[in-house]
Amino acid sequence: MNSFTEQLLGIVSSFKGTFHGAYNLRENGTCAGRKSSANVVISDLEDKSGISIRVKPGTKNETVYIPACVTESGLRDSVTNLFYIGENADVTIIAGCGVHADGHETTAHSGTHRFFIEKNAHVEYIEKHVGTGDADSKEINTKTEFSLAENASVTMESEQIRGVNRANRVTSATLADHAVYLVHERLLTDGSDSLDTAFEVILNGEDSKADIVSRSVARGHSSQRYSSRIVGNSRCTGHSECDAILAENGSVDATPCLSAKNTDAALIHEAAIGKIAGEQITKLCTFGLTGKEAEEKIIEGFLK
Amino acid sequence: MLTLKDICFQAPDGKFILKDVNLQIEDGQLLVVTGPNGGGKSTLAKIIAGIYQPSSGQIILDGQDITALDVTGKAKKGISSGFQRPVCFKGITVRVLLNIAAGRELTANELKSLLGMVGLCMCDYADRELNASLSGGELKRIEIASVLARRTPFNIFDEPEAGIDLWSFQKLIDIFREMKSDSSASQMIISHQKSILEIADRIAVISAGTVVEYGVPDKVLPALFGEDSGCVCPVGKGCGK
Repeated sequence: MNSFTEQLLGIVSSFKGTFHGAYNLRENGTCAGRKSSANVVISDLEDKSGISIRVKPGTKNETVYIPACVTESGLRDSVTNLFYIGENADVTIIAGCGVHADGHETTAHSGTHRFFIEKNAHVEYIEKHVGTGDADSKEINTKTEFSLAENASVTMESEQIRGVNRANRVTSATLADHAVYLVHERLLTDGSDSLDTAFEVILNGEDSKADIVSRSVARGHSSQRYSSRIVGNSRCTGHSECDAILAENGSVDATPCLSAKNTDAALIHEAAIGKIAGEQITKLCTFGLTGKEAEEKIIEGFLK
Repeated sequence: MLTLKDICFQAPDGKFILKDVNLQIEDGQLLVVTGPNGGGKSTLAKIIAGIYQPSSGQIILDGQDITALDVTGKAKKGISSGFQRPVCFKGITVRVLLNIAAGRELTANELKSLLGMVGLCMCDYADRELNASLSGGELKRIEIASVLARRTPFNIFDEPEAGIDLWSFQKLIDIFREMKSDSSASQMIISHQKSILEIADRIAVISAGTVVEYGVPDKVLPALFGEDSGCVCPVGKGCGK
């Protein structure tokens, strides 16, 4: 792998020379390394560019790394990865993506991740997106789909903190009885970045539960659009929260949608968009911080 | 020692919120400022902290004129300020806030001790976010802990008792007594509570923007709480009893 890839891997998947566990490293559209384990089998898809990741039932405490990096300016990489998580498995999947570009041509990664999670299985899904290099044409588009069987659960930590100039993120989940879907998304855009993030959650199962928390900061002249749609088709609970801080001339549109199709569906949405409250800056200044330092601390905490 | 010389503060419409306030707080002294609501007490606290600039007058800390310094400048000179209404921060935990206040990463023992002083258990609170899930009383205690974390020579507390339950109130008094025993630090507390007024070294009564009474508790308290105090109009409009 080249040095840019190594640097990106360090950011998106805490890579320190090696992965401990099963992994598949995608570099500039091709496989740059792969290892399966006794419980996790990774293989190529036959009909398209991408892989399948099959986690055996009952697998516990394994981490699977599926990072993708694009460092060749002008390359548009596209991949589809399918995850089959067996019953009663409990695994962590780290699926970061990094794009490095110095040229003016658009350099992009588009990834579709489809999860089929069997009964009683739990997945912790960690996804970090980052862009490096001088170009202002780095693009990451993701489509992440979860299908949760009875009593399955997903905890998703998603982060795009810097350097990605254009992003389109679409995340969806369908939940069966007692399934749980928790999302914590953190986003930061700057300069003239543009970002769209959309969630759709279908709560089909009795006592299924979804909680989506999206926190973002729009700096410079960047723009963000957030949308969420939670559909309650049974006795269920759904909550979505969009909190955004505007700095300089950033802009955020938030469009939440709740659709209750059962009288026992309890759905809530909260949204708050605005600049950092003056009293927050003042409070931290009473500790000796400058206004700028206070703003940085507040944003750092907000996105942590 | 902090000296306030002829402090005035005018609202944009020209009305005096504070007029010719003169006060001196010696090292190790506890000054409790009391008086009717709207009298200018909190404005005075904000002027000392640098949140507001006085229209005229001087603030002298240990012989140095710090009037023109902003909040950051005054904080760096050693002034800390506990707000009447604590501020919430989404994502910032109690531990992080206290680390920022202290200017360094506090050890577990230091954190435990600080939170213990305000009646909070470190295990329960250190990693709680400073958001609306905390009650007003809990936020107030954390606000006080953030001032204590700074170990500064001059501390201001604006109505620290507000929102604190009776059980914890005595503990709060003990904290201020303990702070008094540190002869190097001075405190200014804005309060209406008799128990806090009783531990003061000096009491200043501010009404309608001026200091109408100043002295040791033995002198000031009888006028405030004695039989003769009745319901005398605090702003002296001659409303009578």
